[in-house]
Parts: sequence; C-alpha cells; structure tokens
Amino acid sequence: MLRYVALKVGRALFVVWAAFTLTFVLLFVLPANPVDLLFDPAEINAVPPEVRERVAENYGFNEPVLLQYLDRLGHALTGDFGNSVQSGRPVTAAILDVLPSTLILAAGALVLALVIAFVIALVATSTRHDWVRNLVEALPSTSVSVPVFLSGILILQIFSFQLGWFPAFGDEGWRSLVLPLVTLAIPVSGPIAQLLVRSFAKEFHSGYVTTSWAKGATRGAIVIGDVFRNASLPALTIAGVTFGNLIAGSVITETVFARKGIGRMTQTAINTLDLPLVQGIVVLVAASFALINLVVDLTYPVLDPRLRATLAAPTAKAASGGAR
Amino acid sequence: MSTVDPLLRITDLAIDYRTGHREWTTAVRGASLHVQPGEFVSLVGESGSGKTTLVHAALGLLPPAARIRSGAIAYSDVDVTGWNDRRMALVRGNYVGFIPQDPNTSLNPVKKIGQQVVEAVRFNAPKPGNAERHHQAALDSLRTAGLKDVERVFQQYPHELSGGMKQRALIAIALAGKPRIIVADEPTSSLDVTVQKVILDHLVRLREELDIGILLVTHNLGVALDRSDRILVMRDGEIVEQGPVDQVLEQSTNEYTRRLLDAAPTRLAASFGARPVRAEAPYVLRARALSKTYRLRGRGQRRDLRAVDGVDLAVRKGTTHAIVGESGAGKSTLASILVGFTAPDRGTVHIGDTELTGRRRGRLREIRRHLQFVFQNPFTSLDPRFTVGRIVAEPLHAFGLAPGRAQRTARVVELLAAVALDESYLHRLPGQLSGGQRQRVAIARALALNPEILVLDEAVSALDVSVQAQILRLLVDLQAGYGLSYVFVTHDLGVVRLVADDVTVMKDGVAVETGPVERVFGEPRHPYTRELLDAIPGTRLALAGPG
Amino acid sequence: MTVELETLAPPAAARPAFAPSLAGRAAELVRQPMLVLSWLVVAVVIGWAVVPDLFTSYGPYDGDTTASFAPPSLEHWFGTDRLGRDLFARSVYGARTTLIATLLAVVIAFGIGTVVGLVAGFAGGIVDTAVMRVVDVFLAIPSLLLAMVVVSVLGYSTQNIALAVGISSIASFARVMRAEVLSVVTQDYVKAAYGLGVGRLGVMLRHVVPNSLNSVVALAALEVGTAVLAVASLGFLGYGAPPPQPEWGLLVAEGRDFVAVHPWTSILPGVALAIVVIATHRISASFRKDRRR
Repeated sequence: MLRYVALKVGRALFVVWAAFTLTFVLLFVLPANPVDLLFDPAEINAVPPEVRERVAENYGFNEPVLLQYLDRLGHALTGDFGNSVQSGRPVTAAILDVLPSTLILAAGALVLALVIAFVIALVATSTRHDWVRNLVEALPSTSVSVPVFLSGILILQIFSFQLGWFPAFGDEGWRSLVLPLVTLAIPVSGPIAQLLVRSFAKEFHSGYVTTSWAKGATRGAIVIGDVFRNASLPALTIAGVTFGNLIAGSVITETVFARKGIGRMTQTAINTLDLPLVQGIVVLVAASFALINLVVDLTYPVLDPRLRATLAAPTAKAASGGAR
Repeated sequence: MSTVDPLLRITDLAIDYRTGHREWTTAVRGASLHVQPGEFVSLVGESGSGKTTLVHAALGLLPPAARIRSGAIAYSDVDVTGWNDRRMALVRGNYVGFIPQDPNTSLNPVKKIGQQVVEAVRFNAPKPGNAERHHQAALDSLRTAGLKDVERVFQQYPHELSGGMKQRALIAIALAGKPRIIVADEPTSSLDVTVQKVILDHLVRLREELDIGILLVTHNLGVALDRSDRILVMRDGEIVEQGPVDQVLEQSTNEYTRRLLDAAPTRLAASFGARPVRAEAPYVLRARALSKTYRLRGRGQRRDLRAVDGVDLAVRKGTTHAIVGESGAGKSTLASILVGFTAPDRGTVHIGDTELTGRRRGRLREIRRHLQFVFQNPFTSLDPRFTVGRIVAEPLHAFGLAPGRAQRTARVVELLAAVALDESYLHRLPGQLSGGQRQRVAIARALALNPEILVLDEAVSALDVSVQAQILRLLVDLQAGYGLSYVFVTHDLGVVRLVADDVTVMKDGVAVETGPVERVFGEPRHPYTRELLDAIPGTRLALAGPG
Repeated sequence: MTVELETLAPPAAARPAFAPSLAGRAAELVRQPMLVLSWLVVAVVIGWAVVPDLFTSYGPYDGDTTASFAPPSLEHWFGTDRLGRDLFARSVYGARTTLIATLLAVVIAFGIGTVVGLVAGFAGGIVDTAVMRVVDVFLAIPSLLLAMVVVSVLGYSTQNIALAVGISSIASFARVMRAEVLSVVTQDYVKAAYGLGVGRLGVMLRHVVPNSLNSVVALAALEVGTAVLAVASLGFLGYGAPPPQPEWGLLVAEGRDFVAVHPWTSILPGVALAIVVIATHRISASFRKDRRR
C-alpha cells in the first residue's frame, strides 16, 4: 500500500519537474537569442544594444545554461517563477489573481458536462427504442466535432444578441457565467459521454446483469443498481483527458467571451512572449494534471474492491491506464 | 402422459436471429420440451446447436436481435410467450431460477455476496418484509447451496471466493426466490472436474430435498448421462433425440446421438485400440528437478507461487507422456519450460543428449527444429492476417528450408495433406476455418520442421467432443507414421487413457504420481489421483460400452 | 471415418466470412446514408483543396467594397465580408491551407508516435519505462497549450502550426501503439512464431506491426478531425497565416467582430468546418467498427 502511494507520488513529482525542464529548454535554451523574444518584433532593431545587454543580464541569459537552469529551478521550488515581462508583477501573484475565475468556470462546466454525459448514457442504455438510442448516441461525437469558437459564437449570437437573455461579455455576476459555462461544457461532455455510452452498453450485456434479470429484477433496478457503478468507474480513467479539454476549452471560451482567467492570460502571455509567465502557467497546468491523476490513482482502489486486493500488482496499473 | 402439469413446457419453439437488414437466421426450429416436478432433464448439444438460445428464450432473456417466430413457452400451463420484461420479472426468480455459465463473470464485482443474495430474496418476496428477515433468508439460501461459514461469505466480494464457491453463491441466488424449477446453463464447464462433480452432486441432492425440477444444459454427454432422468439431444437448432437415459444409451436410433456417444473419450478407447508397448525405446526428452517460482505482489506483502516444484519427466521415443492436473497445477508452466518459452529457476531439460536449459536465444533456435509446440486455443495461435499457406510456410521460411516458391508450396501442400486438409485451404484465412480445421493447421505448422517431439498444451480442450475425437485420431496416426514423441498436457483424464503411454499427475506444482497409464489408472497410489479418477464424468457411458 | 466426422462441425461457409466481398461491402454502405454522405463531404473538401477554381468563380482576395457585408444569396452563398470578398470562395481556398497543415500534423504524430510506441512496447524494460515517463510529461500538458508554446518558439505560420499540432499529438499515438504492441506480443501466435524459430526482427515486422497498426490507424482517422480543429483553433487565436490569407480558423476570427450585426461572416465558414470534422469522425467510427468484426 505504502509502496503504491510512494510510487504514484514520485511519478507525479517527476511529471511536474519534467514539465518545468521541458519549458525551460523550449523557451530559454532553444531560441537562438531568447532576449529578442522579450521585445516586440517590430521594435527589435530600435532597441539600443546596452538595453538588450541589461535585460539579458537581468534575466541571467549571460550565464551558462546549466547555472540559469539551476537558478530558475531553485526559485521555482519556492514558488517563484520570476516577474512577468509585461506587467512586472511576480508570475505567481499574477496567476493567483485570475485563477479563481477560471476555477469557477471549469468546475461549473465539469459538473454540467458530467450531468449531460450521464443523461446521454442512461437514456441510451434504458431506452427500448432503437431510434432514440441512435439519436442520443450521435450527440457526443457531434459535440466534439464542433469547434469551441464556433459554438461560443453561435450561443452568443442566439442567447445574447438575438434573445438578449444573458450579457455578451465580461465577468460580472452569475448571468455572465452561464453562456461561457455551457460553451465549455459541450466539448468537455463529448468524450465522457462516448466513454460512458460504451461502458454502460458493455456492462449492460455482462454476465452479472443476466444473473440479475434471472433474479427477477426490473430494467430500472438493473441500470441503477448494477450497471451504474460498474460503468461509471472507467470515466475516472479519462480524468486527465477531461482536464486537458477544460484547459484548452477555457483558452478559447475566455477569449470569445472576453472573460479574465488563466486561458485568456495564456493567450496574452504567448502573444507577448512573456516567457516567465508562460513557464509558470505550463508548470501550474502540469502540476494540476499530475495532482488529478494522483487523486484518481489513489481513489480507484477505494471504489473497486478488486483493485483493493491487488493494490500494488501490475494489473492495477494496466486497468487504470489501458482504457485511455 | 403424466397427469401433473409440467413445470415448464416449450412447444414447437422457433427462434430467429437478425443477421442483416431484413435477413433472419434460424437458431432454434420447432423445439419442444417439458420438465415435470422433481425431474432432472438434460439438454445436450455441441457449440452452435442452439441449446443456450433455447433456455434463454425460456427465461425471456433473448437479446434484442432475436425473435420468437412461432411456438409457446408455458410455466405450469401459463403461457408467457411474448411477455415483456416487467411481466417476466414476476416469473423469473420466483418461479424459475437460473444458474449461469461462467461464475467468474456472473456476479457483480463491486457488491458483496450477501447483498446480491438479499436482492434475489427481496425481488421475489410475496410482500415487503423487513431487512432482518431478508438477511436470514439469504443466509439460509447460502447454506442450502452448500456453502460453509455463510456469515463470512455474506460479507465477502466475489473476487475473494474460488470458482466453486462463486458457483454455489449463484446457486444460492437461484434458490433465493424459492423457485419450482431451476435452469442451469453449463454451470460447471469452467470449473475443475473435482469441483464439477461436487456441484453437480449437490444439484441432484437439491432436487430430491426441495422437489424441484431441473433443466441442465451441457455439452458433456457424460455429465448428462450420469445424473439425468431424461435426455434431449440438440443439433442445428433441432431436438433430434429424447428419452430416458437408458433408452438413449442402449437403443438410440438417431445417427447423430450414436456418433456423439461414440466420440466421448470414455467410449473411444475400444476404437483406438491398445497402445503398442515401447518400453525399450530410448529417452528423447529428460527433465530433472525443474522448479519455477513466480513472485506475486498483493495485499501489501509479497507471496511466492511455486508454479513448478522439483518435477522430473522422461519421454521415450515414439510414446506419449501425459501431464494431467487441474487449473493452477503448474502443468502449463511445465510445458512452457520444456520448449524453452520459460526459463526454470532450477533443473535441467535434455533433448536427446543436448541440454536445452541455460541456452541463449540463438542456440535455442537450433533445438526448435527437434521440438515443437501446439497451443490450447486454435483461435489465438494463428496470426489472423496470414493465409493458411503462409502460416504453414513460416517455419520453412525462418530456417531457409525448401528454398524457392514452387518447392515451398509443394512442401506446404504435403504437410496439409498429412493433417487431412486439401489444397483449397492454402489461401484461406484462419477466420474462415472452424476450430478443428484451425487446430489441424497448427499441427501442420508444427510438423513442418520434422520435429521429433511435440508438446501439446491442452491441444484438444477448446474443441467440441466430436472434433476432439478426430484430432486425437489424427495425432495417433501421425505418431505412428512419423515416430513422433508427445508431451500431452491436459485436464481431461478420459483423453489420457486414449492416447498416452505414461502419465504424470500434478497438483500445486508437484508431480504427485507418475508411471505407465495402466498402472496409474488401475491402481492409483496417491489419494489425489484417485479423486481425479472418480470425478471423470461418464461412468454410465463407459459401463454401457459401445453398442 | 475422419472425413465423415468432419460434417459434424458446421461447414465453414455457414460461418460469417472474415472478409466480406466487395459487393457485400458496397451494399452495406448504401444502407448507411450518413457514412456515404460523410465520404462525400470529405471528397468535396479535398476537391476544394486541390482544384479550388472548379468550385467557385470568385478569387479569395477579390474584394468589391460596394458589396461589403452582403447576406448569403445565390450569388454569394456564404455572403461577403467587410471588404466585399466572397466568403464561400475564401472558405474554398482556405481548405488548402487548413488541410495541408492537418495532413502534415497527422503524418508527424502518426509517424513518430507509432515508432516510439513500437520501440517502447517491443523493447520493454528500461527503454519502455524511460519512453513512457517522457510520454507522461507530454500528456500532462494539454495539447493546445503545448502547441501554443511550440508555435511561440518557432514563430507564427501555418507550417509551424502543423508542426506544433503534430508534436503535441505524438504522445497519444505512442501510448496507443505501445498498448496495442503489448497486447499483441502476448498473443499465442507471436509466441508460436518464436517457437518456430522466427527471429525477433522477423516477429516484429511480420506479426507485431501489422496486427498492432489497426487501432493506430483508427486513431489516425480520428486525429484528422481533431487536428483540423486544433489547426483552426490556433488560426482563430491568430497564430497561423497572416490575415489576408484564407484559413478556416482565421475566417471565423475575422468575422467575429461583426457577428452581432452580420452573423453569417463567422458562422457559415465555422459551420462548414464543423461539418467536415463531423464527417471525419463518422468515418473513423466506421473504421473502428470494421476492426471489431
């Protein structure tokens, strides 16, 4: 048990460290002259050499790469990713500023997406009509096919410009949250719903369901009492994918609805080549991903008695990783 | 005709499966059967005969792709044909209990056994009772199903029980609704013979104690003959024979039934004849003190599994040495060591005078020419993308034998002919072949290098009994023709008597008894050997002898 | 005796054939109108990319300021934009930019990912562990974010978008390929090939690769749709081709400022894009069904 936890925690820490190193290589080592990235490309020739020199020194670009790396890593360990180039504020503070806004959006969208996905799976499993099932099963693949920026614009057009039910932009009050939330929930629900539909169908045709029929159980009792729990567990295995969809979706959603948040900040940081901020965001995202997967790995055995028995056995890894 | 209403009466039932847009394929045609109170009826058929479809129809468990075209299903003369799930729920559990095929997948893995039995009690309780009474009823049911220490089993999850215990839990679930008839669909085919015997004996006892009717579905004629009052034989969706056991056994007029009877291993012995004595033949394979331990990690601490523990084995030229045992006995690991797939921790294997163990991959390859392997499952041992011709040619290709296209094809055709397959099979894919044909291809491939020894790991277990008989005969013929030596791994003692000269009985990784077949079967020295021999189904079949 | 008994087993012809005949397949296709439609959509879009002038008489840059913001009509199917450029023509010409970028991205992801997964799965041991930990890291960074970072380092252009999208999808291909290889390697027919004296390389090339590729190919089909979306998203965010060029994501972004008054400017090119992605997903789903057969 302890071994299992230690292994998973070690892996999570490795992922965060590697994400830091990867962004360091991508952002600070690979570019021929990282100082240039710090200036607006249009003005780069107008910048006097001594200013560039000073900036380079400021960022430590004159030091050997290894020293720069260790210096940045040391600071990152204490939560210091340097100062944002644009605003001059510490990266950590800037991120913490907008984090709550994105967290609310992402959490709300996740809940909504789960509700949509489970409704789709339950309807597809419980219905006796083929056409209802076919219709409902077509929904998830459509929802992952429509680009987020399009569905955002469509929703904006209909519910804000035409009907005037909700404000179009900004982040004041709960009404401004509704449209972005729906926009983000649609693409996030797709993969979850696809997985749940498959896993509900698979469990519904498994041997123990036949046993339950033979016991005299009704359809409702079987779907709720037997299938639901067994079929829901696999949804945890795509928690990482879901998280990635939430982040990618929020970049676009926040841009379309002009909301402040991590997504929009990422876009601005990339546009202005705010390297410390970009690195801070990437490490934060990787750390969140690692944390989520860690939580999933640690709760899975609690939910599935079979895994509890064979905790550290290799099969546990295969079961949680193979379905992705 | 009996005056009592039969518990279950199926009349002229025909069932179709949807195979295309408006295409239907008939799975069951005009089948009729009935089960009287206190009667034990067996429905026997090979795979694809429609027997499972028939009983699923009786319980209203047909998949949506199936339809009942005509006929009627009645319980105590109440016609339930075409009832929907809601109405059938009143019949299932209450009136008819069902014991499913595979105990390993038929229990909900995330619910405790007790809860699953209580549900069966609750769904079928005449009026809503209190939880305590249901709990007691569930415990009673588990006890009736022959489980001991029921309080503990009640709190356990399915994965914590053995296969036999799971099947008893399923029997408890079937009994929980106090049904008047129990339908059992191959209830023991995934269990070891010794467990199988105990479970079936228990069913017979239940029938007497509770005066219920039992309908047993099985592919094993021996099992059916040993315990039933009446037998129905099914083939291609039709019931081709029915009658009391003695009548079927002694004076069956149906050709198919006769063939099934003759194909049963216990019956085949006569037609296979006595095996020639080759006591003087030199040893071609000798294994000494083989041991293999697997390290299991589970429940926090490590546990060692001694899969093979100090086993000796010797095979004489031109003879068959059978290795028998139940699941987990280590016989497959042993076979895997003999051919060099698995490296033993200790011990040696000699092929002739060359040592196989401790060789590097390259040197091992040379020995492959003398030693080949045939797998249990012909559905997984052939690459689905290769044609039969390419499959059989693969070893020739690997060793650069029979160079040139024409020469290689000629050799492949020759090999296929040896296993009674003609040239038309050359360009077929494994997916287009039946199980028996696939196993023939696998044998042809194994023979391609002219090996001296074949290791056959449960090579006939996945096949229907009639196909099994053909493959066994083929193996015996090939042995005589090419002077092959076999290591024959099996769980089926009936087969051993047919093809083997020597036998080694394994249990928990240890060889408990070894010797010539006549001696070991005639005067078993180890109690476990005796237990295994007693559990072989089909004693009545053997006693009756070939008619 | 032997031949006689063979009749006991159901004849091979009665079993479902492994590979249905071409005619059978065609007949099956007709019964799935949505699938036919999907193939048709994809064919048309490929046509747009290869010979755009066959599909529209307007050029992508020909503006007519007197006809700015014309609503959709027979003359201008998708309407016109601020500069009076025909939006349908811009969508048609945009297909080339977007599709070439998509193709490049899928080829990069498929090519590198498959090889990495094959090596990891087949070599096992320390190689496998090392490769998979690296893959873990790439999976931990959402692909859109990773693509944004890569594009910011490489510079803004459609080629770089393609590269970025391709790189960010390598990990998922590697993962699927490795899982598939690991499951194929345990199959009896692979063991049997070793037992027959086939060498490691032979086993890999003859048995493991062909049997593992199935699900990776299905993933590649799915990835086409995903990559179109990713390329368009990056274009939408402004990391792709510079403005006068037609590119699907950029078209939507350009119309976005006028969407309140002239909704067609954004929505019609966007809907065209969505239909293409839906079609590719439908096709990839049919691949997966074929495999299950």
